[in-house]
Amino acid sequence: MKIRVERDGLADAVSWVARSLPSRPSVPVLGGMLLDANENLTISGFDYEVSAQVNVDAMIESTGRTLVSGRLLADITKALPNRPVEITVDGTRVTITCGSSRFSLPTMPVEDYPSLPELPQHAGSVTGDLFSEAVAQVAVAAGRDETLPMLTGVRIEIESDRLTMVATDRFRLAMREFTWEPGESVTDTAVLVPAKTLADSAKTLGGSSNKVDLSLASGDGLLGLSGPTRRNTTRLLDAEFPKYRQLLPSETSASAIIDVTPLAEAIKRVSLVAERGTQVRLEFSDSGLRLTAGGDDEGSAEEELPVEFTGDPLAIAFNPTYLQDGLGALKTDRAQMLFTTSSRPALLKPVGEDGEVTEGYLYLLMPVRLPG
Amino acid sequence: MGVMNRWVVHLDMDAFFASVEQFTRPTLRDRAVLVGGPGPRGTVAGASYQAREYGTRSAMPMSEARRRCPVAVVLPPRFRLYRSLSSQVFEIMGEVSDRMERVSIDEAFLEPDELAGSDAETVHEFASRLRARVRREVGVNASIGAGSGKQLAKIASELAKPNGTMIVAPEREPELLAELPVRKLWGIGPIAESKLHRIGVNTVDELAALHLGDIVSLLGQAHGEELHRLARGIDDRPVAERGQAKQVSAETTFDTDITDPVRLASEVASMAEAAHRRLVSSRRAARTVTVKVRDSAFTTISRSETLPMATSEPGALTAAARRLTSTTVPPGTPVRLVGVSYSGLATFEQVSLFGSPADEQRPAEEPSEEIESPGEQPEPPWRAGDDVDHLELGHGWVQGAGHGRVTVRFETATTGRGPARTFDVNDPSLSRADPLDSLGTTPAVESGT
Repeated sequence: MKIRVERDGLADAVSWVARSLPSRPSVPVLGGMLLDANENLTISGFDYEVSAQVNVDAMIESTGRTLVSGRLLADITKALPNRPVEITVDGTRVTITCGSSRFSLPTMPVEDYPSLPELPQHAGSVTGDLFSEAVAQVAVAAGRDETLPMLTGVRIEIESDRLTMVATDRFRLAMREFTWEPGESVTDTAVLVPAKTLADSAKTLGGSSNKVDLSLASGDGLLGLSGPTRRNTTRLLDAEFPKYRQLLPSETSASAIIDVTPLAEAIKRVSLVAERGTQVRLEFSDSGLRLTAGGDDEGSAEEELPVEFTGDPLAIAFNPTYLQDGLGALKTDRAQMLFTTSSRPALLKPVGEDGEVTEGYLYLLMPVRLPG
Repeated sequence: MGVMNRWVVHLDMDAFFASVEQFTRPTLRDRAVLVGGPGPRGTVAGASYQAREYGTRSAMPMSEARRRCPVAVVLPPRFRLYRSLSSQVFEIMGEVSDRMERVSIDEAFLEPDELAGSDAETVHEFASRLRARVRREVGVNASIGAGSGKQLAKIASELAKPNGTMIVAPEREPELLAELPVRKLWGIGPIAESKLHRIGVNTVDELAALHLGDIVSLLGQAHGEELHRLARGIDDRPVAERGQAKQVSAETTFDTDITDPVRLASEVASMAEAAHRRLVSSRRAARTVTVKVRDSAFTTISRSETLPMATSEPGALTAAARRLTSTTVPPGTPVRLVGVSYSGLATFEQVSLFGSPADEQRPAEEPSEEIESPGEQPEPPWRAGDDVDHLELGHGWVQGAGHGRVTVRFETATTGRGPARTFDVNDPSLSRADPLDSLGTTPAVESGT
């Protein structure tokens, strides 16, 4: 195998594949990166959970396959000068030459490397920027506690041309619905995808205006995501997602429309006096929003903000981090907050430029309250 | 300093949890009611007087209580509601006395300035007024005892139950104390009691007659001195709100070592529930759960688990205590003491949208459950004791659920006995309701919009 390739394209591709490699591979070959020079250069990584594969334009002088340490290859390509790179395999060693730099690395046996899963059946497509925004908006609410696997995923529901994503860690729940282009033979289904992998993949598949294709084999427990040059597969979570529709409040009794950035900044300021993970109190009335935090012992802070509020005056407290996560996930300048009582979940929705609530996204957040 | 005699008043709610259930669910008013976890490992948190006639009592395993009293209605505890009524009682008490010391969710000491130096009759009138006010404004019964110190006040309220008043005049103190079993004294549990029995001490005056040195060698320095004073009727401990504890705990020593892992797990669960009652009455949530086990060789082992965030959910805390038990001692170890404590206390908690899937109480670790239908089976959305709101019929509670049906009794504290109706479990007109609505203070509004 002998190839010539642009340094930038190579470094991007290698570092992207390296993201999904295990930091402590169970067997050494799983820490490897497979370089396959055929019509083009294909770089792959796979640890039986997640696979990543990318195509890179290259001049192929002679075809061939080789397996090298992924971490080392990523470190080297990142450090190379911006010159054409030549990769040559000779016996059990691979030589990387770029400008006056020259590296010689040992290879690992290609025949020991597992085959990457085939992309499952095409389920539908969506534009890259919509997909990455939606995933980011939802994944923020996913749980991180590995002992509760059903909460570490994003549930993706497909219902003809509607795609719904939802995640919850028991304390908040985020849901995004949008229209997509379903594939020809797609059936309605719902799967649970590891949130961390999905978020990472959605962010990096590349090209905001490009299409992202979803492919699904729920029988084999596999989700495929592919962009123009990159593709990922991830194993689905085999766990039952909580029944969440019943958690969504059917009616609310108070509503506030507020500017997101000033609120987020005020929360950040008043929370300085509250210990980590504590509470910020919000008091809504016709005269505005009063934010307070802390107490006599640790020091206290308060701040007032204008708000368009309708309903009976209400005092409610939240974990400031969860509230900030929700405000940040709206991706709009203004937010609508909906309440029933100070012990029931509050609902956050984005408000568009026209002043109307943008349907399709919601962030449900349980308040903090006195125990008992 | 004057030498006016002290009057300490102890108010104790009668069968508080069960009485609140009977008050807010009038159908139960004359029935045997057990409050507590319904599963095989649950313990009784409260028993109505009707249920006590069958020999059931608090802290008994629920399975035994059900065996003794098969006619009892078993309800899961509604701490939010108990907490709310408890605050109302304490508020009333705070109005009649500057000095108050809350002991738990359902009892407190008072030392009203106005009573200092009064005669027993005046104290009796004060107590009767206070009990009537609690009954009228909160809706449940309390008993009151009063005496020259906290010890006597507490003993008197115990003797006054149910729904009674007992004032111990100073001149009657010695005779009351004399015949009392030592177990009734503050700080004497089953172990100290059996130690005293072994040396032939059964009553308080027998304890008072012992030499201090003998008591100290038997029960330890601090404990022995305190008990000796109490036995002789000397009790000058002040009535004062205690400082906030850094942890709350409950532990128990067994009469004989236990080896059965199932029994051990159930004892740990009941300590977890007992500590939880203290946690709730101090209005705290806990982040760290510690299980302490002492084996027959007096080796004490503790294991802790820190939760992602502070909680006061009994299910989550008990589940953590159960998980820890299995890692603390190998199954079959003879165990003489178990304790559960909660620390990392917070004055607020992040509420969750739904219970943790890890803490869902499986009836037992028997694998036979899944045989019936391997497919997806929706969880039964209702369980007995849940508060329910019906679009037209208003507030009610689930009397029973199963086979896709749910029976709801529509009544609140202000309605008197209400009718029962049966619905499909998925009937859209039913929704979950706030337990506080069972007080009926916010009458069901006809939905006109």
